[in-house]
Amino acid sequence: MVLTDEAAVRVGDLRKRYGDLTAVGGVDIEIRRGEVFALLGPNGAGKTTTVEILEGYRHRDGGTVSVLGEDPQHAGRAWRARIGIVLQLATEGESAELTVREIVRHFASFYPKPRDADEVIGLVGLSTKARSRIHQLSGGQIRRLDVALGIVGDPELIFLDEPTTGFDPEARRAFWALIGELSGSGTTILLTTHYLDEAEALADRVAVIADGRIRATGTPAELGGRDARAATVTWQDDGERRSTQTSEPTRVVAELGARYGGEVPGLTVTRPSLEDVYLELIGGQQ
Amino acid sequence: MTVSAPAKSAARSTKQAPLPSALRVGMSRTGIELKGFFREKQAVAFVLTLPAIMLVLLGSIFRNETAGHDVSVGALFAAGLIGGGVMSTSYQNLGMSIAIERDRGMLKRLRGTPMPGAAYFIGKTCLVLISTIAETVILIVVGMLVDHLQLPHSAERWWTFIWVFILGTITCTLLGIAASSVPRSARSAMAVITLPFVVLQFISGVYVPFTFVPPWLRDVASFFPLKWICQGLRSVFLPAQAASLEPAGSWELGRVALVLTAWAVAGLVLCLTTFRWQRRRDG
Repeated sequence: MVLTDEAAVRVGDLRKRYGDLTAVGGVDIEIRRGEVFALLGPNGAGKTTTVEILEGYRHRDGGTVSVLGEDPQHAGRAWRARIGIVLQLATEGESAELTVREIVRHFASFYPKPRDADEVIGLVGLSTKARSRIHQLSGGQIRRLDVALGIVGDPELIFLDEPTTGFDPEARRAFWALIGELSGSGTTILLTTHYLDEAEALADRVAVIADGRIRATGTPAELGGRDARAATVTWQDDGERRSTQTSEPTRVVAELGARYGGEVPGLTVTRPSLEDVYLELIGGQQ
Repeated sequence: MTVSAPAKSAARSTKQAPLPSALRVGMSRTGIELKGFFREKQAVAFVLTLPAIMLVLLGSIFRNETAGHDVSVGALFAAGLIGGGVMSTSYQNLGMSIAIERDRGMLKRLRGTPMPGAAYFIGKTCLVLISTIAETVILIVVGMLVDHLQLPHSAERWWTFIWVFILGTITCTLLGIAASSVPRSARSAMAVITLPFVVLQFISGVYVPFTFVPPWLRDVASFFPLKWICQGLRSVFLPAQAASLEPAGSWELGRVALVLTAWAVAGLVLCLTTFRWQRRRDG
């Protein structure tokens, strides 16, 4: 395959209004091929509007959008065959009376070179449910079926809109492993979520969106200058909790070690969590 | 036509595999629509047998009535109920099912795939045709057993039956697709789509013989397709002299064709201009 466009997604000054409400007010995003990119933000921040413009569901009011080298607003079936979409709301599928295998095979029939239906069912962990009817599945299993339908066309780019909302922790871990596998095979993934641990576990890069604007972009570790922030060193001193803010935690710990002549009682070193940085980024604007 | 799946490895090795044709995806849609429909056993039983049950009931209640000119009441109701049945499977069930699929986001998901829009309508149309034929056959068999309904006894009558049936089904299918965009949610679909259909059945000669309908209501019914479908079907199942019972004194088959075609064109225009793959609030 010839890569004419390095970026899988390139968005410049994207704008969208609904009446008086500015849903997206000048968003810039660039997602490289093979990258897992998470769009983080509170409800109503413009996440879904942005993603649905990229998916071709909505028309923009302004700005430029290129997804796999094409403008989604004018892209046709051949372009749709190269992307996979997992929408925000879990649906009951085509009909509650169809089996998992039937519906996955059916969706495969839309594509020029689909993946094998049973392989995809296995990938999302539904092999034992392949013959079950959709109404027999649990909520988490239906969500995994949604993902199966999104990837059966063997897409180069997958959109996942809040894929794990309502999952229990175990199901979420299993889902993360699935995303890791897809990413490992070279698929570009755009994920929206409001779970910070999810973004941290999955994403190569994260963008925080609030009030229709990107507040910060970076790797989960360095987002908002998180890596350069002051660390907090705390320890136990004579039954009392002591702490100090420092940009040189290693030096502080060495000094403490020298003072206590070995183990420092109750020692912890923490940096601001992604959640701290995130709340600061979205909170400063509200 | 290569319906069977091509060898995977061969398809994958080509750089640009061709997209499957709308017809082929349409056949795939048809299969999934039929499975989805016929596995909902209670719903199927309701849709397919309701007209036959109505025929038995109405035929029993009005057993001693005659419509005049030796016209059997059973044949009169059978003709009307076949017409009502056509509109029920095409207009009503189709309109409801599309409204529900839109509300649940199923249409939106399909729109996000390379499925051609035409394939969706091929699937729906085939489902409507097959379910309408099944329901009509059941109705005719029950009518023959219970109400001495007679099959059309000339080639000319069979021909009329076929074109009225097909034209009526096409017209009501297009109107069903168009009507599906009117309700705002699946919950309101029942009222918005069903109410006009129920009213039409009472004034178009389905539940009540058309001669019993007051003239002003007949005039109202004349603006809508169901009256003309039923009239065309009466010409198929009633004796020739019954034509004199019609308000116009004849079957007016030319006008039947004209009115149904006009509604089909109007329905097609409405479909092309108003069909939505997403809920209203989804923009």
